[in-house]
Amino acid sequence: MKSSIRLFCVALMVTASPVLAAGNKETPKQMDWSFDGVFGRVDKPSVQRGFQVYREVCSACHALKRVSFRQLEAVGFSEAEIKSLAASYTVKDGPNDDGEMFERPGRPSDAYPSPHANANAARAANNGAYPPDQSLIIKARHDGANYVYSLLTGYGQTAPEHLSVPEGAHYNPYMDGQIIKMAGPLVEEGVTYQDGTKATIDQQAKDVVNFLQWAAEPEMEERKSMGIKVMIFLSIMTGFFYLVKKRVWSDLH
Amino acid sequence: MAHAPQEEKPGVIGWIDYRLPLKPFTDLLYDFPAPRNLNYFWNFGSLAGIMLVSQILTGLFLAMHYAASTSLAFDSVEHIMRNVNYGWLIRYMHAVGASMFFIVVFIHIFRGLYYGSYKRPRELLWFLGVAILLLMMATAFMGYVLPWGQMSFWGATVITNLFSAFPLVGESIVNWLWGGFSVDNPTLNRFFALHFLMPFVLVGVVLLHLMALHQHGSNNPTGIDVKGPQDQIPFHPYYTAKDFFGFGAFFLIFAAFVFFAPNYLGHADNYIPADPLVTPPHIVPEWYFLPFYAILRAITFDIALWVIGAAILGLALVLRYSDVVRAVLGTKGVLGAVASFLPKKACGWTCIGTLLGVGTLLLLVGFGGVVIESKLAGVLAMFGSILILLALPWLDTSPVRSSNYRPIYRVFFWVFAVNAVILGYAGSQTADWGILLSYCAGASCETKHVMGLLIESAWMEKHFIDISISLISTIYYFAHFLVVLPIVGRIEKPLPLPESISASVLAKHTTAHH
Repeated sequence: MKSSIRLFCVALMVTASPVLAAGNKETPKQMDWSFDGVFGRVDKPSVQRGFQVYREVCSACHALKRVSFRQLEAVGFSEAEIKSLAASYTVKDGPNDDGEMFERPGRPSDAYPSPHANANAARAANNGAYPPDQSLIIKARHDGANYVYSLLTGYGQTAPEHLSVPEGAHYNPYMDGQIIKMAGPLVEEGVTYQDGTKATIDQQAKDVVNFLQWAAEPEMEERKSMGIKVMIFLSIMTGFFYLVKKRVWSDLH
Repeated sequence: MAHAPQEEKPGVIGWIDYRLPLKPFTDLLYDFPAPRNLNYFWNFGSLAGIMLVSQILTGLFLAMHYAASTSLAFDSVEHIMRNVNYGWLIRYMHAVGASMFFIVVFIHIFRGLYYGSYKRPRELLWFLGVAILLLMMATAFMGYVLPWGQMSFWGATVITNLFSAFPLVGESIVNWLWGGFSVDNPTLNRFFALHFLMPFVLVGVVLLHLMALHQHGSNNPTGIDVKGPQDQIPFHPYYTAKDFFGFGAFFLIFAAFVFFAPNYLGHADNYIPADPLVTPPHIVPEWYFLPFYAILRAITFDIALWVIGAAILGLALVLRYSDVVRAVLGTKGVLGAVASFLPKKACGWTCIGTLLGVGTLLLLVGFGGVVIESKLAGVLAMFGSILILLALPWLDTSPVRSSNYRPIYRVFFWVFAVNAVILGYAGSQTADWGILLSYCAGASCETKHVMGLLIESAWMEKHFIDISISLISTIYYFAHFLVVLPIVGRIEKPLPLPESISASVLAKHTTAHH
């Protein structure tokens, strides 16, 4: 064998790789969210504001196809509000009895209309980058809520010198590879909140994360409150089983 | 049966029992004598049983709403999560349940390893357990593919591609598994069919496992045999009561995950729909496969056949002059233990001739450049890491079952357990993690990308021998079975065993009272 065995590199990888394995990006800012923890709850006013941010800003590019209008009732919108909101959209339906596709006003049972007909159309409209559907984005990213919040508030920093940001892309330290095609979507007072909350970038980012978290896990409140009941029930039952076990075994020596 | 049927007893049970004997069924589940000293580690068998039932039931309801088609699968799972009544509960119980099933089974296996439950006369019981593990792994792997997320698709691609490592037939096997030329709709469809079928095969093997268990009864923490009725108690009510307490405690943990951290054990990427055009930067299997995944990736270099040929020639020499080798090694200590495995009589010329022939052939072919490719070596090591469990009853040379009475082996048991955890951690990292040394053994060393992200890239670097933590842990994994177990059994002086199970229980009580 034509081997020229030589030492190549020593013991560097063990310490160096965890940083690099994380994908060359910064760890998201760790925030306190109302939905965190065992007693986590949906912050309905914030979710409503977040929906406004989604509707007025994000929905220009990002779809939300797994959420339907009617589901918004769960976060405090009234039936009438939802009806009129749905009706303000035009939805493609069909075919009708003549075999034609037709357009009609949206109904509460409709899924939220997507901005693009398909993934290719979305790419074509966005400089080749695909804006992912937002319905599951919080679950589809590691530490999703903190990640989306950090990403949305992570624009406007100067890129480190070794990183060359290509034309039409932006520096964002929280993105994988730190370069993102999406321009910073949020601007100060970019939306006008009806409840009078000041629409800072930070506030909008928090609100939209609250909304997207609800969109990703609409069952969250029900799940956690059921969980507490189940845990209490199981604890009592397990206690009883322990007493039964002790009693049954007490005649053995 | 040769026996005449008994008198018909009164009542419904009596009526049925006269026509269809219920005893074999009740015997299997709860009506048999068991050692009186079983500790809580013996709860994990029944826990595994209840997890199998839970998985089958939740899986059945999921199957009623799931669509096994590449265009519908992901959406149908989200439909279950959002629109089916308590669909989220059923799915989370199933997904978390898979992890819980593996935790329980791993503890069950390690209990068997610690207390020597695989030893005579329970070898077949142990074999059936290994079969259950293999079936579980296949079922879990295919189940993970069904949601058709990014990890589903790419996990399926990586794992099915392993079979291409086998020479000549590899590619054909992979195409046959896929039902096409890539992981696609036919693959998803057959995985669903098999994922539905295999749990019922599992039930069958579990019944055999129980039948084999009842042949000689449970092993116990002392590892000594039951000597009479004073060592035993009826399974019901004693162990049924204990098992139910175990169920309660276990379901508390299970429920905590299902209700409060249902995605903690999963991977975020699987909530991204599968996209054959976008490879995730870091493909990882579910946590319960990580140690095996680390073993798969540990060998990053080709193994020249001449090395194996030379080893066989060396073995031939040792066997021919075994008396000389025995004399050199002596009879004491570790060397003496090694010597005790050599045959007393030197190997005859037929056996030596065969070894010389095979060794020389491999040597020549190896010098001609034939190698075991790194990928094949990894696949063989991974499958071997489970199949070696089948040899365990014979590799363990100690006459004592329980590690409580094996002072040296007990230490090695825990080293083995820690090593398994290290392998699991290595499996969760990228392929370039934990490389301590990299030797260049070929021509194109300059092209190596140590930071390569894909595991395939590691396999393509054939001219490097990477000494990684994974490789060391993998070697130790096999050394535990092939070196530690046989030798420790010979040199270890076991602690004195209790006279009987009841004596050990009484001794414990007296010490507790004083």
